[in-house]
Amino acid sequence: MNARIQRVRSTGPLVSRIVAALFGGYALAALSSVAVLALPLSKPQAVLTGMLASFAIYTAAVVWVFAVRNALKAWAGLTIVAAALLPLAWSVS
Amino acid sequence: MNSDNDQRVAGRGIRQTMSSLHTWTGLLLGWILYAMFLTGTVSYFKDELSQWMRPELARLSEIPDQAVVAQRIADEFGKTLAGASQWSMRLPDARNNSVYAFWRTSARSPGQRGFGEAYFDPATGGKVTSRETLGGDFFYRFHFQFHYMPVVWGRWIAGAAAMFMLVAIVSGVITHKKIFVDFFTFRWGRRQRSWLDAHNALAVFGLPFHLMITYTGLVTLMALYMPWGERVAFKTPAERQQLAAELSAFIPPGKPSGQNVPLASVEEMVRQAQERWGRDQVGRVNAVHPGDAAARVAVTRGDPGRVSMSPQYLEFEGATGKLLAVRENVGGAAETRGVFYALHLGRFSDTVTRWLYFLVSFMGTAMVGTGLVMWTVKRRQQLPDPDRPYFGFRLVERLNIAGIAGLSVAMTAFLWGNRLLPHPLEGRAELEIHLFFIVWALTLLHALARPARSAWVEQLWAASVLLSLLPVLNAMTTQRPLWHSLAEGDWIFAGMDIMCWALAWLHAALAMRTARQSAVSPSRSKANRRAPVTVASSEGAG
Repeated sequence: MNARIQRVRSTGPLVSRIVAALFGGYALAALSSVAVLALPLSKPQAVLTGMLASFAIYTAAVVWVFAVRNALKAWAGLTIVAAALLPLAWSVS
Repeated sequence: MNSDNDQRVAGRGIRQTMSSLHTWTGLLLGWILYAMFLTGTVSYFKDELSQWMRPELARLSEIPDQAVVAQRIADEFGKTLAGASQWSMRLPDARNNSVYAFWRTSARSPGQRGFGEAYFDPATGGKVTSRETLGGDFFYRFHFQFHYMPVVWGRWIAGAAAMFMLVAIVSGVITHKKIFVDFFTFRWGRRQRSWLDAHNALAVFGLPFHLMITYTGLVTLMALYMPWGERVAFKTPAERQQLAAELSAFIPPGKPSGQNVPLASVEEMVRQAQERWGRDQVGRVNAVHPGDAAARVAVTRGDPGRVSMSPQYLEFEGATGKLLAVRENVGGAAETRGVFYALHLGRFSDTVTRWLYFLVSFMGTAMVGTGLVMWTVKRRQQLPDPDRPYFGFRLVERLNIAGIAGLSVAMTAFLWGNRLLPHPLEGRAELEIHLFFIVWALTLLHALARPARSAWVEQLWAASVLLSLLPVLNAMTTQRPLWHSLAEGDWIFAGMDIMCWALAWLHAALAMRTARQSAVSPSRSKANRRAPVTVASSEGAG
């Protein structure tokens, strides 16, 4: 039992980061591709801008997740940016 | 392997974490990436490869008048495709000696297939009677959607691989602060250092290209990967059509009137487009509800000569031939997307630019390949018992052999199949593809059965022999051997033969080099393992 806890303690944060990178990163990119609709652009151009930029945002999120000192900070960073984007995305939907 | 847990991650600097990120994103989908890179690289010559794979179809020594050809094929459709609700033809140009067309039939009778496609002879208007093959389009489609699976799955896998690649590139750059110093460092004959230096040199030299090609690759399918903005923004079909018109030559799908009116002169319509863009610059002719009073025809500009895939087209009323609209501009974001798309496909290129695309892309393939090999080379030195490596190591080692050397064998086998399978033969095009995968699977079995070094050497030799004999096979099975194509100035066939020999030489050189290394490997010098401090601090990707 102890050994198992030990294993979770050691691999847990890494798994958490991988989840944050794969899914958190995608969610953030998707959210930004919606939030961009709040920009003063025509709808088709705004939609395309969101799509075009999304992969850069995804990449930046992944790099962030693995660059910071711990998994908690990784999630915190994603959450803060998401919180900033959410009202924008909300305003257009 | 076990040094990547989070506690270690926490205590390390950003370059070390980025190095790990680079290693694992590069490795996990590395074989898929390698296959995407290599099939993508050869796809820059997709049209030429398709011509080579349909040797019965005569070479066009000059481009026929596209307006005349368009009328010829439209007449053919008028006779044979009376019920079609839509057809689309790609006209012959400098790289295509046939007309590719597809069509939809409104499924009035239940037994009818809704979709059809075929190649037509521009000289006669009849269907091409060449051997049935997917041609270069097989590698092209495999490059972004693979095979034996639903198209959408394949595209998602390709997208995931491209995303991993993008992360691997960015983390690779962060790992190498001294990226340009590293470029001028090449330590020959030092095993791991040589692999690392080769990987770095290839990566740095091609860096702008790799970044561009990966990002633009994602852009080609971005509507699939990131549909959320579109879903939120557009509520009605009319709004969605507004977006579609920014992305491709789009004719609003109106309802047919039910009243039969033959199509006006397609030749005249293409003629107007030629006046606008130039004689050989027309790409496609699309018709919706041809033969109906409500017919619409779009004549689209071709890809050569402009670095954008944004749609430029003339829209005509089908029944009268009246020009309804000229569309040559799209919005800023749409134009950005059009340029990205064009940069990825490189169809705007003239011959020299296309060769540059091919070479840099080939270097990208080599970069992925050297990265994969480095993973094992680096870890082999740290194995507790080099004769009995752990499972993960053996897995990567074997997948590398089949993924890299095996793919060369399989791709060449595909071309052999094209020359050897009889025709006509039911399902011939699909058999060529089965052959590709059967041979690829055999190379994996071979890699599992043989000692790693021998497997490398044998498969590289196999690829070399198959490649070097392909021009001989071509001379024996077609009317277009090398001496003939050289005399005729047929550079597609001659170029193919010469390229086969160049690639055969490359594989032979790699095989000999690998064999030589096997011979010296037992007395692996300790010198490589000295100075662990330098290695740890300057270690880049790996």
